[in-house]
Amino acid sequence: MRLTRRGFLKVAGVTAGTGLVTAATARAAASAPVDPGQPGVLVDTTRCAGCRACEGACAEANMNPAPDAAADLSVQRDTSQHVFTVINQAEGPSGEPRFAKKQCMHCLAPACASACPVRAMDKLPSGPVVYDASRCMGCRYCMVACAFDIPKYEYERAAPRVRKCGFCAERQAAGLEPACTSVCPTGALTFGRRTALLEEAKRRIYAEGSTYLRRVYGEHEAGGTSWLYISDVPFEKLALATGMPERPYSELVAGALGAPPFIMTLWPPLLMGLYAFSKRRDQIEEQEDHHG
Amino acid sequence: MADALALTGPSSFLREKVLLGMGWGEYLRSLLTPANAVAAVILVVGLPLLAYRFAAGLGATTALSQAYPWGLWIGFDMMTGIVLAAGGFTIGASVQLLGLRDYHAIERSAILTAFLGYLMAVIGLLADLGRPWNIVQAVFNYGSASPLFEVAWCVMCYTTVLLLEFTVPFFEWMGWRKLHAVLKKTLIALTVLSVVFSTMHQSALGSLFLLAPTKLHPLWYSPFIFIFFFISAILAGISMAVIESSISHKVFARQLVGKHVDVDALVCGLGKAGAVVAFAYFFIKLQGVIDGHAWGHLATGWGALFLVETVGLVLVPSLLFAWGARNREPAAVKVAAVLAVGGIILNRLNVSVIAFNWTNPIRYVPSWMEVWVSLTLVTLGVVAFRWIVNRMPIVREDPAFPQGHGEETP
Repeated sequence: MRLTRRGFLKVAGVTAGTGLVTAATARAAASAPVDPGQPGVLVDTTRCAGCRACEGACAEANMNPAPDAAADLSVQRDTSQHVFTVINQAEGPSGEPRFAKKQCMHCLAPACASACPVRAMDKLPSGPVVYDASRCMGCRYCMVACAFDIPKYEYERAAPRVRKCGFCAERQAAGLEPACTSVCPTGALTFGRRTALLEEAKRRIYAEGSTYLRRVYGEHEAGGTSWLYISDVPFEKLALATGMPERPYSELVAGALGAPPFIMTLWPPLLMGLYAFSKRRDQIEEQEDHHG
Repeated sequence: MADALALTGPSSFLREKVLLGMGWGEYLRSLLTPANAVAAVILVVGLPLLAYRFAAGLGATTALSQAYPWGLWIGFDMMTGIVLAAGGFTIGASVQLLGLRDYHAIERSAILTAFLGYLMAVIGLLADLGRPWNIVQAVFNYGSASPLFEVAWCVMCYTTVLLLEFTVPFFEWMGWRKLHAVLKKTLIALTVLSVVFSTMHQSALGSLFLLAPTKLHPLWYSPFIFIFFFISAILAGISMAVIESSISHKVFARQLVGKHVDVDALVCGLGKAGAVVAFAYFFIKLQGVIDGHAWGHLATGWGALFLVETVGLVLVPSLLFAWGARNREPAAVKVAAVLAVGGIILNRLNVSVIAFNWTNPIRYVPSWMEVWVSLTLVTLGVVAFRWIVNRMPIVREDPAFPQGHGEETP
């Protein structure tokens, strides 16, 4: 097959041109690395008395309405666009009540941040997963992606926001504990470095082997979370979501997101080759018509 | 747009190009048809509904909830609208790049359908977004770890490409020769871009659900879902081309007087391609079930829904496509195309709405306003398509541009 120089340049030009245009959509570098000493909270459900002081402190810190004092804790409750944390109750091994606090888990590799096309939902290098309404277009993909069903939406508002616990990032930046852990009277909530809390959780499990289930909830869930739970009743009974992959969610899309560079570089030359081939075939047919 | 131009241009332009050679009275009387009456009723209710959604918010108009953040406007307007518009790049590439010149007769209607389909999907998306004014944020903030970032960029770029492709018949209609000649020369490059962008965002629409492994039913969740979405987009492109070309060449038959396009031969040729692609799609969907160890779910109600989708509306049309193409039965190919399109619509709704949150006892049922807005967008697309085809050289050839609809001069 003979290709003229002019024809070749045309094919090459179109290929390079389309390559450049598509490369303009190529993705930027990944997010900044997260501090290895990032904060965490250890929730020891055996120590929680269900006083709901954390709920009140959370509502106050986030300027949300005060929690409903008459709420029945044994009927499963969920966070909402006005309530960033709730206590749920379950029955312990010998009939006594057990409580677990639900809030954003602040994943190490959050699915909501992976999902967000504008980085309105983002993990700060200091640890907390926070939301910036000024960037948000309201696609609600973060709600689809979160395995813990944490982001909640203000459907009732004209300029709706996604609402969830922000780990009191501003308090933390000022050197304070999150509002909820600062008021816990029983030591059920311990604020500290996640690595140290994970060791403490495992120490308690081994030291009091007959008390706890031999599992730290949050150590591996969705690739690991900043909030860690130990308990003597199964975590699903405490209304905590289970069954999600133990890999970071960003890995679930990594393969698919690796394809565009190949599509952008391989499709144009392949398609232009097909074009050159079909054009040449037409020319030969035409010549044969003339001569024949 | 055309009306505004007509006001400043010579009065004959308005009469010849916009009013189809009729006077105002005659033209308005010609609009009094039953089809237009139905469209008018839908739009008279639907357009104020769209305005109401922006005035009153999502909560007042939709049945969306904390558990179901995505409803009909994403599942149908966006997911389904985009995949059914895949004919633009499928037929465009066949004609421009693979040199299948016979399909030139349907290329422009496929591209116009795609362009209008994308426009309607974007309007649907703007209605669904909570803060639509912030859509420009996608240009400045690189949420590059998100499949939705890829979708946003590609849909933006590809809608522009479709607009440019559409300007070729538009400039013929306006009689702007110089611009027409420039755009005509870029068609090859535009077609290459259309394939590149379509490959990326048709598959990325599937990748969106990779982040929902605990929420999407195992029969539909697969690490390969982006490949399913891409292959089914090609199947949708072929099937929609069959449906469109048979409808257009019937509805707009008077535009084809004296011009012989063998629609039946085109339909049978598309049927051959449809058979191969539909079977490939069925086969990889089967691989998805094997890979996901989801056999056990086939015996449940979800399994029945899955089998209706993949056997009834993928495998059956595949065989029917093959039979129709082999025995030159265009009617069978057309039935197969309708079934295949039904299967793809069902698939997109299953993935994004029906089989999503499958363990949740509370189900999402769209509000009547959501349904009506979706219906309004479809109607808008059909009305715009008819308006354009009746005026611009989409199905017919413009006598002033003899090469306009044929192959390009060597």
